[in-house]
Amino acid sequence: MNEKYNVSSSPHIRDRIKSSSIMLMVVIGLLPATLFGIWNFRHENAWVLVVVTTAAAVLAEFIWEKLMHKPVTVNDFSAVVTGLLLALNLPPTLPWWMGVVGAVFAIIVVKQLFGGLGQNFMNPALAARCFLLICFTGRMTYFVYDGVTGPTPLADLKAGEAVNTMDMLFGFTRGTIGETSVIAIMAGAMFLILMGVIDLRIPGSYIVSFVVFITIFGGHGIDPQYITAHLCGGGLMLGAWFMATDYVTSPVTSSGKVIYGICMGLLTGLFRLFGGSAEGVSYAIIISNLLVPLIEKITLPKPFGKGGERA
Amino acid sequence: MGLLTFRGGIHPDDGKRFSKDQAIRTVMPKGDLVYPLSQHIGAPANPVVKKGDHVLKGQVIAEAGGFVSAPVYASVSGTVKGLEQRFNPAGSKVECIVVENDGEYQETEYEPVKPLGEMTRDEILEKIGNAGIVGMGGAGFPTRVKLSPKEPDKIDCIIANCAECEPYITADYRRMLENTEELVDGMRVVLSLFPNATGYFAVEDNKKDCAELLKKATADEPRMEVKLLMTKYPQGAERQLIYAVTKRAINSAMLPADAGCIVDNVETLIGIHTAVTEGRPLMERVVTVSGDAVASPGNFKVLLGTSHQELIEAAGGFTSTPEKLISGGPMMGFAMVTADAPVTKTSSSILAFRKDVVAQNPETACINCGRCVEVCPSRIIPSRLADCALRQDEEAFVAMNGLECVECGSCSYVCPAKRQLKQAIGSMRKTALANKRKK
Repeated sequence: MNEKYNVSSSPHIRDRIKSSSIMLMVVIGLLPATLFGIWNFRHENAWVLVVVTTAAAVLAEFIWEKLMHKPVTVNDFSAVVTGLLLALNLPPTLPWWMGVVGAVFAIIVVKQLFGGLGQNFMNPALAARCFLLICFTGRMTYFVYDGVTGPTPLADLKAGEAVNTMDMLFGFTRGTIGETSVIAIMAGAMFLILMGVIDLRIPGSYIVSFVVFITIFGGHGIDPQYITAHLCGGGLMLGAWFMATDYVTSPVTSSGKVIYGICMGLLTGLFRLFGGSAEGVSYAIIISNLLVPLIEKITLPKPFGKGGERA
Repeated sequence: MGLLTFRGGIHPDDGKRFSKDQAIRTVMPKGDLVYPLSQHIGAPANPVVKKGDHVLKGQVIAEAGGFVSAPVYASVSGTVKGLEQRFNPAGSKVECIVVENDGEYQETEYEPVKPLGEMTRDEILEKIGNAGIVGMGGAGFPTRVKLSPKEPDKIDCIIANCAECEPYITADYRRMLENTEELVDGMRVVLSLFPNATGYFAVEDNKKDCAELLKKATADEPRMEVKLLMTKYPQGAERQLIYAVTKRAINSAMLPADAGCIVDNVETLIGIHTAVTEGRPLMERVVTVSGDAVASPGNFKVLLGTSHQELIEAAGGFTSTPEKLISGGPMMGFAMVTADAPVTKTSSSILAFRKDVVAQNPETACINCGRCVEVCPSRIIPSRLADCALRQDEEAFVAMNGLECVECGSCSYVCPAKRQLKQAIGSMRKTALANKRKK
């Protein structure tokens, strides 16, 4: 008997789930919002921006890894998620090459320069959005719906004007490609919750703390109309369910997730109510990303049986 | 009543269907018998036979090498071929006594047994120690030492670990079904040492038939109870089991006795029964042979020292060449280089898999998903600890409670990036524990 068998450290069995299957599920979760956005902004040819931005993200990762002689990891779908999320955060009328600039910035500057998948400390898609917002402020804040240019509902709300919350719920309004339809976003989020990809701790604490903040400081008290408009407007839903929950840039500890959610809720409220812009989700999330190491440090869980004394 | 459990853990495919319905069959060894001197935690046993000696079945061939140690007995009659370096199931070359089987199975005369009621505490412990009983679930801690806590009166809870939470293994399951009386008697012996204790048979609810049998067998035993546990890995890990049954939580710095508990597994309790009630030393155990590369998986009563190779042949051999051979369960067992290693006191199973899923799943980058944190029964952060281990940052590893790891492997199992978390944490933990002892 001279057979030699494989030797490795235990355990010798593995769960089926892979990083790539998780990323693929996130892509599927984003499909309702993506498809709705492409249809909703069909007159603006939003599909071109979505396709080009996503492809640019994947290509940027591929070329970078080839040039750097690193193993090519585009088949883990993480670049697809980044590219798609970025596209959903762009106004439908943005020139396609600006999408490419954003995608390249997200993948190379935010992700690869810090060591690739799992090493970036900011959400690449959101960091790229903020980058584009600074570079191309005009085009990034230019919103059109059905051929009519105008402010987003959130800007109307900030200006004290009435908004149609029903249209905001369904998404028949101005905004970025993927953020307008709360229903489409929630359909995808439900899928991710059911598949166990995301849980309620981050989005739940984010949304609840945001509502508390605007109820106290919004000047409208407990006004369901006002609160609903804030919840359905801007990037809150897309951000809370799909970007705040990004594994890499959120805490792993259970209580840390809640604290992180509260940070984002308070910052979003602060930016929306007191900031210069009507929107605040992107900045709230990337600033909270920076707090993650600190949050994890203070929420190190108490290990099992700790505190027990040796008799 | 809700099922007893702990927080964390995983639900892998239990694989028990391959062998659970196969009654225990006895396998007689054909080749030489190999007895490692160290089949337990503690000092190795000292050989008391030399090359050319004729030994009888049940004769001591190596004596305990200290208090925390255990003697080794010949399981056949025959001639000692010598002391040799052989592979043990964990893959190390260790000193072994090799005995050529004469096929006669002549057994030595044992001391006559006394009824339990007439034995003193020390006599019972002596019997258990002399019989070479160790924790047969895998740890191999000498049972006599475990049953000798400083304050026996403070022990109020004896837990029979009937969880058998490792996938594939069905040895304890068959023992519970076929040797219920012996198991209950083993518990009776242990309870006689601890006047204030209640005995709990902690059974996972995928073995309800065992729980029913045990309930019937203990109906007239006021000091014994059967507890149903949720089927989940690692339900049978000592700390998790104690918590599930008693809600007392112990950490790495404590012993079960500090929480008033003593845990023994099924095979160990049956060994105690054999030693004290029948007066015979530890010479055999039940081993599950299973996995998708085995022709007819089953459960075998086998003499200690028998080669794994013979055991595989008893199960019909391989249907195709396996990539991986495991001694013990798939979660905590050892991958074997060769089947040419003997069955020891702690061998609960041998598993042969056509495919090695570890080799099929190369490690990729951590995506910080937190699944390892969710499943960790010790409530530590495996991904961060593995990072500390890879950086060799012992200080941070200890500060983040790395020493609390029970090395159950749940983190490596769930990791979508397929990181070898347990391997990294386990090796750092070994270093950190050694350095801690030095201080």
